[in-house]
Amino acid sequence: MTRNRRAASVLALGATVALLAGACGSGSGGDEAQGDGDVTLTWWHNSNNEPGRGFYEQVAADFEAANPGVTIDVQAMQHEDMLTKLDAAFQTGDTPDVYMERGGGELASHVEAGLTMDLSDEAADTIEKLGGSVAGWQVEDKTYALPFSVGVVGFWYNTALFEQAGITEVPTTQAELDDAVQALKDAGIEPISVGAGDKWPAAHYWYYYGLRECSQDVLTDAVTSLDFSDECFLRAGEDLESFIATEPFNAGFLATPAQSGPTSASGLLATGQVAMELAGHWEPGVMQGLTEDGEGLGENTGWFAFPTVETGDGDPAAALGGGDAWACAADAPPECVDFIEYLLSDEVQTGFAENSMGLPTNPAASGAVADPALADLLTVRDEAPYVQLYFDTAFGENVGGAMNDEIALMFAGEASPQDIVDAIQSAAGTA
Amino acid sequence: MSVADDARALRDAAAAATPSTAVRPAADRAPARPAAGGAPRGRRGVSPAWRKRLEILFFVSPALALFAVFVVVPVVQAGRYSLYDWNGLGPMDDFVGFQNYVRALGDDVFTSAVQHNLTIVVLSILVQLPLGLGIALLLNREMWGRTFLRVVIFVPYVLAEVVAGVVWFMLLQPRGPVDALLEAVGLGSFTQLWLGDPDVALYTVLVVLTWKYLGLAVILFLAGLQGVPEELYEAAQLDGASWWQVQRRITIPLLGPTIRTWGFLSMIGSLQLFDMVWILTKGGPANSTVTMATYLINQGTDRSLYGYASAVAVLLFAISFVLAALYQVFVLRRDNKEVAS
Repeated sequence: MTRNRRAASVLALGATVALLAGACGSGSGGDEAQGDGDVTLTWWHNSNNEPGRGFYEQVAADFEAANPGVTIDVQAMQHEDMLTKLDAAFQTGDTPDVYMERGGGELASHVEAGLTMDLSDEAADTIEKLGGSVAGWQVEDKTYALPFSVGVVGFWYNTALFEQAGITEVPTTQAELDDAVQALKDAGIEPISVGAGDKWPAAHYWYYYGLRECSQDVLTDAVTSLDFSDECFLRAGEDLESFIATEPFNAGFLATPAQSGPTSASGLLATGQVAMELAGHWEPGVMQGLTEDGEGLGENTGWFAFPTVETGDGDPAAALGGGDAWACAADAPPECVDFIEYLLSDEVQTGFAENSMGLPTNPAASGAVADPALADLLTVRDEAPYVQLYFDTAFGENVGGAMNDEIALMFAGEASPQDIVDAIQSAAGTA
Repeated sequence: MSVADDARALRDAAAAATPSTAVRPAADRAPARPAAGGAPRGRRGVSPAWRKRLEILFFVSPALALFAVFVVVPVVQAGRYSLYDWNGLGPMDDFVGFQNYVRALGDDVFTSAVQHNLTIVVLSILVQLPLGLGIALLLNREMWGRTFLRVVIFVPYVLAEVVAGVVWFMLLQPRGPVDALLEAVGLGSFTQLWLGDPDVALYTVLVVLTWKYLGLAVILFLAGLQGVPEELYEAAQLDGASWWQVQRRITIPLLGPTIRTWGFLSMIGSLQLFDMVWILTKGGPANSTVTMATYLINQGTDRSLYGYASAVAVLLFAISFVLAALYQVFVLRRDNKEVAS
């Protein structure tokens, strides 16, 4: 529920015809398999706008043609609807065969409840092909879902407004960002919009400062043990506190929603009321949906990575990100694995990229990304030494929610760097 | 004999004619049925007493079944869930006793949510009662455009809460229409971050709630006013009472049962407040408008803490129940006794 439309922002055009004869149905039949191999797979996805919707229908039809006896029941839904229905489905145990997993703690609790199929052996080839991307969807060295789109968070900015404020180079360090904020203010432009009303957009700042301040070892360790006692997390909080003190955000940011309506953080950026916003790869799509001409910022769209900090031990090229993956329900028939492997095949991922539906994870599709802004992001993602999954997703709804609440309180001036660490530790029971 | 005594003497008659004093013991209705004792036996030989019971059973059981399935069972289930640490997935096997309750009661955000609810209960009544009464008294007079004004006052109440919430959300944006209006009339210095300032947001929500629910108070009071007999006004006028005296000594006392019933509705509504807050602020900024119900969703179900959410739900139920019972005992009982006598 947190990440509104994060993945729904995919827009695309056209349909790619691809065929893959992947009938390697091993093992005994699942509960839906009948005698001669007639199987129906239900597939829930969130590309409910054209052309993504049509593309996926074609993909399903191609798979059916290549695998006689398999029928795919495709259900395209609006993103929030899908999440709500999935929540309910998990509780009743009546889950669709093929569905979307966002990884991290959410996946871990699905695995613990025995709802998700272990793909480690059945899909070994595809997992190897995807490489490091699958890390966010692994629990105790077993892979439970195949990521099909992984994006990174950074600053989206309005190139025209930057020009107007006389900023010629995009900021790469915290000091340069502070200068840019001041230059924009001097030019009478609100520098940054942040949807602190929804909390997670505000929390992304703390995650990124954490990423810059902490070394990868400390971070990886903290993410698995939920022990945040290392002082680099305090420094992250101090960085954020002093950045907030420069008052870079839009008026009334504490109540600003992330993506809904023209007065949301994305709406303010899309309509040229602020100069930049920290957001993920979904942002151009969201902005297009918020402007009447469907263009978003159009040719004024720019992107730069989160700046580095002076005291940081972190890799300056490390990125914060996340994505979506296809998973099979634990009781799905074995054909399910064939189908999601097909979804990650070179052909389907290339079509996915050509239609600008997201940032493909299959390296074979990297060259096919049509949208220039997304293509830039893809370079950043692939050059990053590691992509840290959003902390809240990584820690699950409980710890993640407590952490985001406390970070949002810091934006209101009501929490200290220590409070944030304490809130995480107490929610995780590691205080 | 003072005017007030006069009023009291006639109150029973007035109350009986007032539609809003619907809280009436069942005994009142009993005479409507033919007496069971001496009636002739039915054709099929079923005694009238049994026949009546079957009839009651027949008509009441569908409602009872629905009530049981959709109200009683969920309440009992919530009570059970609240004793477990459960994320809604898989089996519920981590029994934690009353730990969820201890945690909720010890959580600053929850206690501030309770405070916000109580603030809203008190301020809603303090603000809406005089306003609603005043408007009802005005609209009760013969005047031009009265029906139109009544409709205008009642429209916000008819609007769906979510729709009204979204409209206000837009109006209250920084540099939005409300700010523009204030600036246009020279009150630019009064503009605030209506929804973005933790010190202001709760009062902004209260103003919107007053706008939304004032119509209900006015309509109820107007209905109550219809039950005040015309003769009393005439008698008072003959005695030389001024307009103010008539309102204070006749109208408002006779409106008592209606006001008390409205107070009850208002209180329950304030305790369960969710939609408007959720649309306007989601409980923010910095938890300054969080209510028990938004807390339940935000800290409970959104975090997959279904056991904890159930404990909060049970607490919300208990707090509402206790306050409703207290109101019943100390305020509403008066009306019931009077009507019954």
